[in-house]
Amino acid sequence: MIVRISGEGQYRLDDGERDRINELENAVVAIVEGGHQDGFADAFGALLGYVRDHGEVLADDDIETSEVIIPPADLTFQEAGRDFTGEGLVPD
Amino acid sequence: MAGLSGRMSTVVKAKVSKLLDRAEDPAETLDYSYQKQVEQLQNVKKGIADVVTAKKRLQMQESSLQQNVVKLDTQARQALSSGHEDLARTALERKNVAQTELQSLDGQVHELEDQQQKLIDSEQKLRVKIESFRTKKEVIKAQYSAAEAQVRISEAATGVGEQMADVGLAMQRAVDKTENMRARADAVQELEAAGTFDDVTQLGSGEDDIDRQLKQLSSQPAVDDELAKMKSELGSGSASASAPQISQGDGPPAGESGQA
Repeated sequence: MIVRISGEGQYRLDDGERDRINELENAVVAIVEGGHQDGFADAFGALLGYVRDHGEVLADDDIETSEVIIPPADLTFQEAGRDFTGEGLVPD
Repeated sequence: MAGLSGRMSTVVKAKVSKLLDRAEDPAETLDYSYQKQVEQLQNVKKGIADVVTAKKRLQMQESSLQQNVVKLDTQARQALSSGHEDLARTALERKNVAQTELQSLDGQVHELEDQQQKLIDSEQKLRVKIESFRTKKEVIKAQYSAAEAQVRISEAATGVGEQMADVGLAMQRAVDKTENMRARADAVQELEAAGTFDDVTQLGSGEDDIDRQLKQLSSQPAVDDELAKMKSELGSGSASASAPQISQGDGPPAGESGQA
């Protein structure tokens, strides 16, 4: 599977990693939905770190579509709350 | 995928489909996509230039504040050595405020440098992908039947489109950041325009409104410490001798940082 970290690049991961990535992501979402900033940076960092550690960086001239797109690494807790719950990044 | 990346993917895919579509004929789609990609690359270059401009503006403001810090420090010394402790304190309070602003500006300049580097990296990635797409499209045109070409083209165009959409989002965030900083920079400029960093020796003895506000902004212990230090450096108390004339006529460089 291909995973993109927005603003950073694309990674190729084994399809078997899908569940683990899902878990890590759900942990981030739970924190954002709880509305408490504590632990957000760690949880989001863990998700990004996992993709970087277990993925193989795609070459720049590789043209692939990503299955998963993770927000940029400098996403703040406030942005996560505002952009990824409720109204969303782009108003519908 | 839930939540974050699901949302992100939806946003990016919506952008991609906006960037693509049109044209029945595969060859036309190819050329249209390529043209769009080249346009986007130009936009990224412009975005980088905007970030650089914003950074320069902040740097100009930094150097203007730097001059104010030096000037206020000199004024505080002069005031103290001529026995005007109240004026010296006022000058140091203002210096304290200017220094705090300076630190904050410094952080912002670094942040913009970061943004600039990220955009440069993204632009590089996009340029390589577009180049790769250009080669690929000629191959596809030459080698595949119309139906098959359509599939391959749409795959390739979507892949490049995703990169384009991602760069677009990065630019949007950079623009938002520079706008926030501009608002803050304007606020500092207002402080300057209000005479905050003007020659304190021109002030009367009465406290004006600016002073009351500045007292709240500046850190009193820091001001007390500095005043004490300055006193001991000047060999305190003996401010009876030749009272040095307080410099005048070197007005503040207000409004210098310009509005482009």
